[in-house]
Amino acid sequence: MLHDRDRIFQNIYGIHDIGLKGAQSRGDWDKTKDLIAKGREWIVEEMKTSGLRGRGGAGFGTGMKWSFMPKESAGRPHYLVINADEGEPGTCKDREILRSEPHKLIEGALLASVGIGAHVSYVYVRGEFYREAEALQRAIDEAYEAGLVGKNACGSGYDFDIYVHLGAGAYICGEESALIESLEGKKGQPRLKPPFPANCGLYGCPTTVNNVESIAVVPEILRRGGSWFAGLGRENNTGTKLFCVSGHVNNPCTFEEEMGVPMKEMLEKHCGGINGGWDNLKGVIPGGSSVPVMTKGQCDGALMDFDGLKEHGSSLGTAAVIVMDKSTDIVRAITRLSRFYMHESCGQCTPCREGTGWMWRMLERIGEGDAHIEEIDLLEDVTRRIEGHTICALGDAAAWPIQGLIRHFRDEMEAKILAKAGTHADASADAAE
Amino acid sequence: MSTENTETFAFTAENQEAAKAILAKYPEGREASATMPLLTLAQRQNDNWLPRAAMDVVADMVGLPSIRVYEVATFYTMYNLEPVGKNYVQVCTNISCLIKGADDVFKVCKNKLGIENGETTEDGQFTLLEVECLGACVNAPMMQINDDYYEDLDPASTEKILDALARGETPKAGPQGDRVGCQPAGGLTTLLGEG
Repeated sequence: MLHDRDRIFQNIYGIHDIGLKGAQSRGDWDKTKDLIAKGREWIVEEMKTSGLRGRGGAGFGTGMKWSFMPKESAGRPHYLVINADEGEPGTCKDREILRSEPHKLIEGALLASVGIGAHVSYVYVRGEFYREAEALQRAIDEAYEAGLVGKNACGSGYDFDIYVHLGAGAYICGEESALIESLEGKKGQPRLKPPFPANCGLYGCPTTVNNVESIAVVPEILRRGGSWFAGLGRENNTGTKLFCVSGHVNNPCTFEEEMGVPMKEMLEKHCGGINGGWDNLKGVIPGGSSVPVMTKGQCDGALMDFDGLKEHGSSLGTAAVIVMDKSTDIVRAITRLSRFYMHESCGQCTPCREGTGWMWRMLERIGEGDAHIEEIDLLEDVTRRIEGHTICALGDAAAWPIQGLIRHFRDEMEAKILAKAGTHADASADAAE
Repeated sequence: MSTENTETFAFTAENQEAAKAILAKYPEGREASATMPLLTLAQRQNDNWLPRAAMDVVADMVGLPSIRVYEVATFYTMYNLEPVGKNYVQVCTNISCLIKGADDVFKVCKNKLGIENGETTEDGQFTLLEVECLGACVNAPMMQINDDYYEDLDPASTEKILDALARGETPKAGPQGDRVGCQPAGGLTTLLGEG
């Protein structure tokens, strides 16, 4: 388990002074100028050494991503776009950074921008996070006033501007190309790739899109060295991570832990265990709504990192752990997620636009018991026709939870159908008498 | 979109300044990027809803045909295209809230306000909406009223908040129990100052 001295977010609960003075007392903005002076290549190499994998869900190497940015700008400006459109059900970690540790994000944005040759960064904050955007803006204003950002940021000779851009309620804008479209003032509909943002992103210019947490850990990594971060967690799954645990635990909360921590130990230490004890566990969605649910048997020995959860057919995603005890109607829970994806489909690709609604209606009928058993197979078949057949991953994200439900909890789906059928059979038997 | 076409809209002097600051965030020739922030500004000025006249004003400011701005206004859920109540109550019923009792919270809202999902009370004080994940899942169940989140709800605290708003008071936002923010209710397990 992680020691407090290795925790990056020392004020994640917002208990201490959130302002610049408080942030500086915790080590933020310490010798940032020297880090900038080490230059672009050093920053990217150090990030590669750290092994940091993107914290927004996909887990792509952050240093690697930065290295895709063109070395020569050819007259086109480079942009750093920070994805604060946190909306994956179960996920609420970036919110804490925005409201309690905003200076880590701003300093990280400056250093990341040096790493990719950008002089402007936009932070795209979901519109509902109005208070969080206010907190971030206050911190940005402080940083400008102190000369930490703006012209000659930190006295380094590097010019850097950072702006907050508020969204207006669209989950799909968390997809990086939809986010860019939205930032350009359009409907948030994902773009075909290639071209990738590193070549053709915001305003057709080289752009890197990173999650809030990925950027906020950059200053600490650069100050303590990539090898410090790489020494935590496991190979290929390095460092620390914010976990947000919701649902049926005694104490739902957000905390920073080492990658690869055993799920059971983590839930018991930080969350007071499962309601009614470990044996009362039904299943866990370990990485936000888009990843498949795991059964209790799978949870028993699972390690909380990219490879650890992949072994069990699920994924770390955003590390939003949704815990469900035996009281949960899992069919209803997944049906609710299904309705979410229908609501959030941008409507661009037919399989997703039509399929998400189709899958939801199907699940509703199964939940009511108004379906035939064979329709479970039909539903499974439909998920396969959506998965992989859309421009972005929303189609996949809508399909996977349902596949997980059928794989692990088919008996509960069947039970609902049989119960209703049984009622009908009884009724007709009564009528016949 | 509201079918009434009689509204007029103009930014106040103060908001004209705010609009200038918004436009200045984006490079020259990329004024379209200001579309969403300007629509938000207009909506906030106009009792939390967007008449078509406001969209037309924004379209002029960013140099887009009106239809492009209508497209944006109808795509994003936070733009209200019809008048809404003074207290805009949005209850999350997505998975983390659902399994922690969002049904009961939503039911209390419906009973207390005497309206169904998507409706506004006759006195124009409350609009009630069932919404998707608002990103405060460790504090479930929760609801957003105007700009503030109300978290760790149960039927009793939900009722108390609605009562306070009906009396014109401003109830305390955030978790309704003892804990602060997203920390574990049983006491801290990290950041104990032990190094």
